[in-house]
Amino acid sequence: MTPITILLVVIVALLAGMEGILDQWEFHQPLVACSLIGLVTGHPAEGIILGGSLQMIALGWANIGAAVAPDAALASVASAIIMVLALNGGDTDTTAAINTSIALAIPLSVAGLFLTMIARTIATGIVHAMDAAAEKGDFAAIERWHIVAIFMQGARIAVPAAALCFIDPAIVTDALNAMPKWLTGGMAVGGGMVAAVGYAMVINMMATREVWPFFALGFVFAAINQLTLIALGVIGVCLAILYIGLKDLAKQGGGSGGGSGDPLGDIIDNY
Amino acid sequence: MENKIQLSKKDRMSVALRHQFLQGSWNYERMQNGGWAFSMIPAIKKLYPNKEDQVAALKRHLEFYNTHPYVSAPVMGVTLALEEGRANGEPIDDVAIQGVKVGMMGPLAGVGDPVFWFTVRPILGALGASIALGGSALGPILFFVLWNVIRLIFLWYTQEFGYKAGASISSDLSGGMLGKITEGASILGMFIIGALVQRWVSISFTPVVSTIPQQAGAYIDWTTLPSGVDGIYQALKLYAALGPNGLDPVKVTTLQSNLDSLIPGLAAVGLTLLCCSLLKKKVSPIAIILALFAVGIIGRLLGFM
Repeated sequence: MTPITILLVVIVALLAGMEGILDQWEFHQPLVACSLIGLVTGHPAEGIILGGSLQMIALGWANIGAAVAPDAALASVASAIIMVLALNGGDTDTTAAINTSIALAIPLSVAGLFLTMIARTIATGIVHAMDAAAEKGDFAAIERWHIVAIFMQGARIAVPAAALCFIDPAIVTDALNAMPKWLTGGMAVGGGMVAAVGYAMVINMMATREVWPFFALGFVFAAINQLTLIALGVIGVCLAILYIGLKDLAKQGGGSGGGSGDPLGDIIDNY
Repeated sequence: MENKIQLSKKDRMSVALRHQFLQGSWNYERMQNGGWAFSMIPAIKKLYPNKEDQVAALKRHLEFYNTHPYVSAPVMGVTLALEEGRANGEPIDDVAIQGVKVGMMGPLAGVGDPVFWFTVRPILGALGASIALGGSALGPILFFVLWNVIRLIFLWYTQEFGYKAGASISSDLSGGMLGKITEGASILGMFIIGALVQRWVSISFTPVVSTIPQQAGAYIDWTTLPSGVDGIYQALKLYAALGPNGLDPVKVTTLQSNLDSLIPGLAAVGLTLLCCSLLKKKVSPIAIILALFAVGIIGRLLGFM
């Protein structure tokens, strides 16, 4: 890679690292991060496909409270760089490069988890420095420390990314080509299945007895291939509005019906 | 009455801009406190001209705080309203301000997580990813633009809403509105996840269940086709009528085609439910993911997947 390419990769990695904690612009989501890495290294189409595949796996990954999910930022940035190295190294199958990168992203997301924990522990020291600055009413120092913390989170991804850029592409390609067919094929099969884990995480977060039927509805509607995701979204929104509206109505009906909830019974009683 | 100090729209906007960096110094001790104080700085500077009050305000806002980073916006709005009241001499003490923050952050995080992380992001992510799988730049662009438009609108208007409603908002929190939003989001989320499982979890079992010779006329008899363009025309016409089974004189049924004739994606939903129950038993998601890759490799080695 040329120095300019490496610089651009590091900038993308820095943004991904910052967003990995800020969770605002979503530069750390595979769909965005891999596409950007692909764009700056001259492999936009491959980057986008890798990003799309990883996004499907990472759909359910979210930081809830103090719990930390597998790290999408390191997984997407590092696996995209490895894919680019494999493509740059000469003759290799694009599909194999993408599939292998998807499989590599999983251990990387765990490695990222440890880096995140280290960064968040260092941040504890930083807020103590903020306390000291607050004691003196020093606004500029508090701002400075906060920005330092953000850049530290960026470096969490940017430093490993920069290190990866200096690996000889030929080594990556050779390693990829040396992999037997059953291994790459098997990883592709596994890649098709792992999306289920992300979905299961989301389901466990939201599922109550009341909403399971909607899962079943979504599942059978999706078998109709003419329905696009947008069409399915419209159906889902309508179902939600209808259900909540009807439930409200049922509640009101019960409230104003004099308590018995049995109009015929009321008439007979009054008769 | 002397003139009151008020936060202008510009001040509130500058707080909102900084509020995007809320989680920057997220730490294990007081979580989002650093980012919260960082966001409050423009307001503190404006409201409290003398140093002592500034120090007190900074310390007050470096207390523990943690919620979903987007639904934090209405909390910020309410806090701004309270600080403004305090600066103008209203009897609002530290306990009241911290109480409102803590009182709002819990219930709101309970809305923000299912709405943003488990409904909006999976939907937009899946939409973008499904386009991206074909290599189209529209996928990532669509995701990025839609997400950020929704986010920025939400951040600004809910902060303004909180600022205008002031302290009265915290009593509304327990009301039906938030519950309905959460319920609506989980209905939509479950529906979409059901659809995604069907579309994007791919399992394919390759073992052959049966090989049956087909009757004459149920397949394309390649030996009797006329030669040249006519033959191609004839073959395509037959193919359109007979479907893919018409290509060979024997009908091969794999385990997968049997499963698909029940409901396409049955194995996918089974796998997803299995993952759900494993996760409930506290099996780490990473362990499950690695196990699935292992199953994939073994399946390919033994030739059943």
